[in-house]
Amino acid sequence: MSATGIGAAVRRKEDLRFITGKGQYTDDVIRPGETRAVFVRSPHARAKIKSIDVNEAKKMPGVVAVLTGAELANDKIGNLICGWMIHSKDGSPMKMAPHPALAATSVNHVGDAVAVVIAETKAQGRDAAEKVKVDYEPLPAVVDPGKAQGKGAPQIHEVAPNNTIYQWHLGDQKAVEAAFAQAKHVTRLDLINNRLVPNAIEPRAALAEYDSGTDQLTLWNTSQNPHVARLVIAAFVGMAPEHKLRVIAPDVGGGFGSKIFIYPEEVVCLWASRKVGRPVKWTAERSESFLTDAHGRDHVTHAELALDGNGKILALRAKTIANLGAYMSTFSSSVPTYLYGTLLSGQYDIPQIYCEVDAVYTNTVPVDAYRGAGRPEATFVVERLVEVAAREIGIEPAELRKRNFIKSFPHQTPVIMAYDAGDYNASLKKAMELADVKGIGKRKRESARNGKLRGIGYSTYIEACGIAPSQAVGSLGCGVGLWESAEVRVNPTGSVEVLTGTHAHGQGHETTFAQLVSERLGIPFENVSIVHGDTDKVQFGMGTYGSRSGAVGMSAIVKALDKIEAKAKKVAAHMLEAAEGDIEFKDGKFSVAGTDKTAAWGDVALNAYIAHKFAGQELEPGLKETSFYDPTNFTFPAGCHICEVEVDIETGNTEIVGWTAVDDFGTVINPMIVEGQVHGGIAQGVGQALLEGAVYDKDGQLVTGSLMDYTMPRAHNLPSFNVGLTETKSPSNPLGIKGCGEAGAIAAPAAVINAITDAIGSEQISMPATASAVWSALQRTPAARKAAE
Amino acid sequence: MPAVSMTVNGKAVTGDVEARTLLVQFLRENLRLTGTHVGCDTSQCGACVVHVNGKAAKSCTLLALTLEGADITTIEGLAEPNGPLHPMQEAFRQNHGLQCGYCTPGMIMSAIDIVRRKGNDLDEHTIREELEGNICRCTGYHNIVKSVAAGAKAMKGGPTRQAAE
Repeated sequence: MSATGIGAAVRRKEDLRFITGKGQYTDDVIRPGETRAVFVRSPHARAKIKSIDVNEAKKMPGVVAVLTGAELANDKIGNLICGWMIHSKDGSPMKMAPHPALAATSVNHVGDAVAVVIAETKAQGRDAAEKVKVDYEPLPAVVDPGKAQGKGAPQIHEVAPNNTIYQWHLGDQKAVEAAFAQAKHVTRLDLINNRLVPNAIEPRAALAEYDSGTDQLTLWNTSQNPHVARLVIAAFVGMAPEHKLRVIAPDVGGGFGSKIFIYPEEVVCLWASRKVGRPVKWTAERSESFLTDAHGRDHVTHAELALDGNGKILALRAKTIANLGAYMSTFSSSVPTYLYGTLLSGQYDIPQIYCEVDAVYTNTVPVDAYRGAGRPEATFVVERLVEVAAREIGIEPAELRKRNFIKSFPHQTPVIMAYDAGDYNASLKKAMELADVKGIGKRKRESARNGKLRGIGYSTYIEACGIAPSQAVGSLGCGVGLWESAEVRVNPTGSVEVLTGTHAHGQGHETTFAQLVSERLGIPFENVSIVHGDTDKVQFGMGTYGSRSGAVGMSAIVKALDKIEAKAKKVAAHMLEAAEGDIEFKDGKFSVAGTDKTAAWGDVALNAYIAHKFAGQELEPGLKETSFYDPTNFTFPAGCHICEVEVDIETGNTEIVGWTAVDDFGTVINPMIVEGQVHGGIAQGVGQALLEGAVYDKDGQLVTGSLMDYTMPRAHNLPSFNVGLTETKSPSNPLGIKGCGEAGAIAAPAAVINAITDAIGSEQISMPATASAVWSALQRTPAARKAAE
Repeated sequence: MPAVSMTVNGKAVTGDVEARTLLVQFLRENLRLTGTHVGCDTSQCGACVVHVNGKAAKSCTLLALTLEGADITTIEGLAEPNGPLHPMQEAFRQNHGLQCGYCTPGMIMSAIDIVRRKGNDLDEHTIREELEGNICRCTGYHNIVKSVAAGAKAMKGGPTRQAAE
């Protein structure tokens, strides 16, 4: 392993600009003559728009224009769409309601935009926005997903009777019923997967500029996938032909899924920039982020696990109501279906699984993928069921897991997925050693002496990443292919630029991708640049989410490098006057087998361009290759997280006193970056389990609408993490990578809740397990108090 | 509009601002020092932390006009142009104390202030408590804590711009 190659903890290329304040985020981009957009948003969860009077607003100082939904409709700007078709069990297609970028006739959640003010400054825009008079007729709202389908519930969209978007199912219901009939033990749980607000620290922003001379639109956007944004805004919204729209996603300050989607604000900025003939910038205030960024999770689930007399799992069934909010966001339909039901086998050999999901509209912010997207919800169901089953039967939770682990691969689950490689015993065993599980009894007694209850919780999770084989997702309803592209440009001096369709917003691609190229070509790490996030530079790409950039994006680079090597060998053969088949390439040097004749990488690159040593008619000059890589399967990262908590009996406060994570991500390119991804994922999962939760009141007002009300994990809420790795390589891509970005967020919630319920001796605790919630649970379980006294 | 004058990163600056203009707006929009970020508008996240007369302050909470004559240091002013990085900047890079980089300028400015108040030998508990006012969504804080501890140690003997503050 070289100091900068695969497996090295190379310090990141991107850091210098970030630690010196030279990063260029969307709001940092300043265009000559730029104006600011301020949106007028609905204060009602549901209302009819009777009229909008913009006359007074238009007269305010600094106002350039005030635009409404009616004008947007007049200009035939199309609706936003959801790009993944889900069919109900009766075969009917999902019920997608119209989602205009500016509401013209009705609003369906607090924060729904109805008009926009374009002004010289943001302050002037805000002043004018307050003068826009919207006459609303408030209507009753539905907020609770559990009540959305009920009799008499307000009907949000005409196209969706009973507010039901689809009633989806997966698995063999009859076989599951038969298995349950044979069971010696059945564990039953009602679970709520709490609604989360992603809260990337950089608020979403959009800056649009129209060039009337070339009829070209440019959008700087906080996007995880600028090409998909361009495609949707061109082909579905109809803003401009695809080749007349350039989307640039510069430095992006965190995404976690929330910046995948195509949002109203960027559409409106583009439209407005053409209307006013000047650049238009919008940057969300945090309160707007709360009211418009797609939220995550929000499932209500009843789940059951059937076991035989030996603790062998026979079957699992789950019925989930998934809240998709007021409109169907870009990929919302796939999250509670193919990213959720397909992972309900966990790491276990479960013969039969049946899952039903009803997706519903409510008068809340749209819900879509948030770090893990469906897989944290599935893991929470499976890992809570298994833990509770172990406690009910009286088998050690680790032992019950071991008895049911899948041990041979490939393994076909009853819910579509074919796991290709893994060693679940290995990660459990290593985690138990690192966490000193043997010493837990002693530590529990010590805690008890200090008036605290100590508990330990496991989460042996699995996820499906490397998203995804295009044919497979196409057959499941996905509207796009999920391959990735790479272009490798070798310059005449031998330095290399790699253009990738993935996008980094914290993941460190500029470093890890350069490590791959450095290792493969034997050239200095410093001589490699990674280019991403600009549709004018990168031909096409699907972006970054679903822990796909390594497994899919880097595989595309490998394929392009294969072609580069093949072409360079042809050039070297001419230079060295040898047969192409005799040319060997190693450590950045071309040589003729069995001779001492060599050519350095840089010389070959130069010769490819000057083309003096070969006939350009026979071998094309230049050294640039492209690859579109489509994976053969999902990848299946898996591992074991063990959380140890101390609960204060008097206050109910939970302190995480230990965290061990042992993950199998396949090949690791940069262990420093991979560990950082694990840390961040765990923090988000702990946030979900202990602190975070979007709360709506019954009228649809978001009560947790700022960082003063919504509890984000801070440094003192978390411990240091003990992170280890095991490795089975993914056979489904050339590097053996599985992906690491979401593991922590997927594993953590179940580990935390399993630890707290172990500590307090009650399963009746839901997320977030705030001090108040745990204290209340303790009052209901006097045994727990007594044990500690 | 009234004018305000202050020293920013060692340079005298003057600008016309509205009474409601915040320091962070003055820095970002008037001076185009975009290294200082806005993350929350409610003084929770700390992405906007700068040094005002040598002490950490959230620049989204200060009105520019109240800072007549003040000495401001932003992330851009921590190291001399083309000079070595401030030890705290270097510590964040060495310890992978950042991912997306958005909260990082505020984190670094706060970290330097923690050292000013608490000294160069910081234990994990102290660092975690003192980072109360800075939110990071990417790192889980693990490597930020390591970075602050390492940076604090490296600051022994006086970093570059401390004297100016």
